[in-house]
Amino acid sequence: MTLTAVAKSAESPCDAPQLPFEIIGENGQREVFCGLAGIVWLHRKIQDAFFLVVGSRTCAHFLQSAAGVMIFAEPRFATAILEERDLAGLADAHEQLEDIVGRLLGRRPDIRLLFLVGSCPSEVIGLDLSLAAQRMTAKHGVKVLNYSASGLETAFTQGEDRCLAALVAEMPDERPGAGPALLVIGSLPDIVEDQFRRLFAELGISNLAFLPARRSGDLPPVGRQTAVLLAQPFLAETARVLEARGATVLTAAFPFGAEGTTLWLKAAADRWGVDELTFRSVVAPGRERAKRALAGQRELLEGKSIFFFPDSQLEIPLARFVSQELGMVPLEVGTPYLHLRHLAAELPLLPVSARLCEGQDVDRQLDRCRSARPDLTVCGLGLANPLEAEGLSTKWSIELVFTPIHGFEQAGDLAALFARPLRRRDLLGIGP
Amino acid sequence: MKLSVWTYEGPPHIGAIRVVAAMRDMHLVLHAPQGDTYADLLFTMIQRDGRRPPVTYTTFQARDLAGNTGELFKAATCAAFERFKPQALLVGSACTAELLQDDPGGLATALGLPVPVVKLDLSSFSRKENWGAAETFYQIVRGLADPAARPTDREGRRARCNLLGPTGLGFRHRDDVVEVARLLETLGIDVALCAPLGASPADIARIGEADFNIVLYPETAGLAAQWLERSFGQPSIKTVPIGISATREFIKELAAIAGVDAAPALSSDQQRASWWSRSVDSTYLTDKRVFIFGDATHVIAATRVASQELGFKVVGIGSYSREFARDVRAVADRLGLEALITEDYLEVEATIALLQPELVLGTQMERHIAKRLGIACAVISAPVHVQDFPARYSPQMGFEGANVLFDSWVHPLVLGLEEHLLTMFREDFEFNDAKGASHLPVRPEPVAAPAEPVGGDLVWAVDAERELGKVPFFVRGKARRNTERFAAERGVAVITIGTLYDAKSHYSR
Repeated sequence: MTLTAVAKSAESPCDAPQLPFEIIGENGQREVFCGLAGIVWLHRKIQDAFFLVVGSRTCAHFLQSAAGVMIFAEPRFATAILEERDLAGLADAHEQLEDIVGRLLGRRPDIRLLFLVGSCPSEVIGLDLSLAAQRMTAKHGVKVLNYSASGLETAFTQGEDRCLAALVAEMPDERPGAGPALLVIGSLPDIVEDQFRRLFAELGISNLAFLPARRSGDLPPVGRQTAVLLAQPFLAETARVLEARGATVLTAAFPFGAEGTTLWLKAAADRWGVDELTFRSVVAPGRERAKRALAGQRELLEGKSIFFFPDSQLEIPLARFVSQELGMVPLEVGTPYLHLRHLAAELPLLPVSARLCEGQDVDRQLDRCRSARPDLTVCGLGLANPLEAEGLSTKWSIELVFTPIHGFEQAGDLAALFARPLRRRDLLGIGP
Repeated sequence: MKLSVWTYEGPPHIGAIRVVAAMRDMHLVLHAPQGDTYADLLFTMIQRDGRRPPVTYTTFQARDLAGNTGELFKAATCAAFERFKPQALLVGSACTAELLQDDPGGLATALGLPVPVVKLDLSSFSRKENWGAAETFYQIVRGLADPAARPTDREGRRARCNLLGPTGLGFRHRDDVVEVARLLETLGIDVALCAPLGASPADIARIGEADFNIVLYPETAGLAAQWLERSFGQPSIKTVPIGISATREFIKELAAIAGVDAAPALSSDQQRASWWSRSVDSTYLTDKRVFIFGDATHVIAATRVASQELGFKVVGIGSYSREFARDVRAVADRLGLEALITEDYLEVEATIALLQPELVLGTQMERHIAKRLGIACAVISAPVHVQDFPARYSPQMGFEGANVLFDSWVHPLVLGLEEHLLTMFREDFEFNDAKGASHLPVRPEPVAAPAEPVGGDLVWAVDAERELGKVPFFVRGKARRNTERFAAERGVAVITIGTLYDAKSHYSR
């Protein structure tokens, strides 16, 4: 159940949690990317996968624009652009898609996994990509999967959620008698993944896998012995399908900052029965480094107000991080969707003075932002310069998705992302 | 279905937004699914606009499809009108909404708003961005032009013209407009209206009051200008004033149509580019091999400037503007070339690799291609990148524009005595062609041209291969190809130093 739904049903005698926040649910213009955006990082993460969007010229143009800079090494993604005649006959469209995939795989023999990615137009015309994927897997001997990243179904990071959920279906069952295993879900930069791997090993958790893996063939088994730790808050669907395969999803705060990372690791340590002393000694060095790194930024950020526009669903954990660890004051925290369950460890750490907003009506939200005049506004690229022109300091939210921010060693970098716009303002002598 | 990796043009509704984002007091309500708002960032980030484009998106989602998306559109239109109070509304569908067949035009009209509503039909599954811009501008002009507006009597007043075509995200449109307006002022001609850039719906209503139109960018303004010619009898000036000779032609046409003296404008002391080009140091520009690709307007203009004003050798031209393919082909014909008309950047890359030019004039895509191939490049056309919005004044049109072209095309080249020194003393460890010219960043070793299939078992003798390595890098690929072709045609099995120089003498005839 989403937060808005909870709020609306608050009078009914259900066991909805009593949340102490002011909550707004909005349903107007949403200024967010569609799920196709996830391809921009997923195609770099899974090194032998190719993403073929079946969509319109808009999809192709969006991917090109969202990549910001063109990744001109031949990217492992492309768009099969639907044309007039494809709309007229679906049979013909299927044939054409097969033809395109055949040529693509012929040219890229290094590709081991092909995703057919559904889009708004492919969904509206009812193109059945799962059927196409099955047929093509049989025909080409390369695994072909499909998922929808359309704006109809997904907002921004939900595209990754759908992609990972599609991968879960391919994970083998755990072997009988298998021991407990930890599965960390959500794309992490390789360097962060390696840092976590070392920490878990020190905690004695060596049966560990990450989803997605760097190579598509490295899918770990899943079953009743699997405990799942979310590295990203936007993976509701992936968590759901893992649970359906018998896995247990651990409730934890997200690994942002010294506190968040400690709590996240603790959830796994508790599951593995790691004693308190061992846990403390394992996390202490990283935790101390993170705290030291944060102390410098805290001087600048403490007491500064912050306003989050909805974007990646990272907003709640990040608002918790900036308030708990940097002393900032969240005024409004917008998020496209609020999955209460996966935020259960985060919400109690958020100051009750923060207003939560699920969904969006961008013009009204801009009105609220203007009247609140926060010291820092976290928003998408379409809003940042216009707000700067009105005298507000902004942080592009997309940088929070494209930068390594998880874990102890990145805590200082994460804080610096919030501090830089304010430092720049000071340097340029721009008044508040 | 068409496979696309990188595209030169976005969908037609992006063209519509480029038009409306350039205007004042106009608002577009676009029926579009969640996610299509990405278009805003093109304007706020690439063009660094300090305001959001005047566009409201319905951003419908799957759950709305089960309900009534038409109602959603109506609600969004009412809210947009209330909030932004535009003088006129533009309504249309992006690709997915087109499939829903909600008829935004009909729905918006039914709302009975107290302002004109202009409807767009954007054919998203067959058309592209520039067509969308042209169609949008045409519909706006058609829908808002006051049919009664006519020029007043010419007696006792200066001639008045409309500047048509500049849009948001255009390549240097901002500065071109300033430069052309300056030129018109020198001639004593008034600008009645510049549109879409800077125009309001009320301004558009008076479009018929000008004596004639200047079509700065045929890609966006051609359609509207044709209609104005038919409906208002306004003649159009279609010469695009990019380069010295085109600017001079443009001035003469203006003088003729407005009945003014061309001399003051023609004798402008701004014309440095022609002397720069005659200056002896520019001797080195002679026959520099150049490949040109972009939108039709800029490619046609650049071809003329490159071949006639800078003395380059144009070895290939092409365009992604299919609508203007005929014009580009005609220009190519006159140079004995075949124009490359394509939207496929891989095809453009293959052509550049094959032709091995010393300079590429292209879009941001060609800039990347040229970088990979280690070839000098200057950008001359949209699609644009943040670098194409310089802080300084940097027009392409008029005499100042010609100066800008000279600088921006010539500076990336290896020039003058340095070019000789680089090739004379090839074994100098600090100063050689692998290191590149001293004023340019270090270049990667250029990617070899794809080997053309040469007949038989052609092999290079070791010393011939070494000798080839002494040929300057920017013509090495061509030297290799020519030598191999020469050898193959004569049935030579082993290429020796002798074959290399025989081929050189053969091809330099």
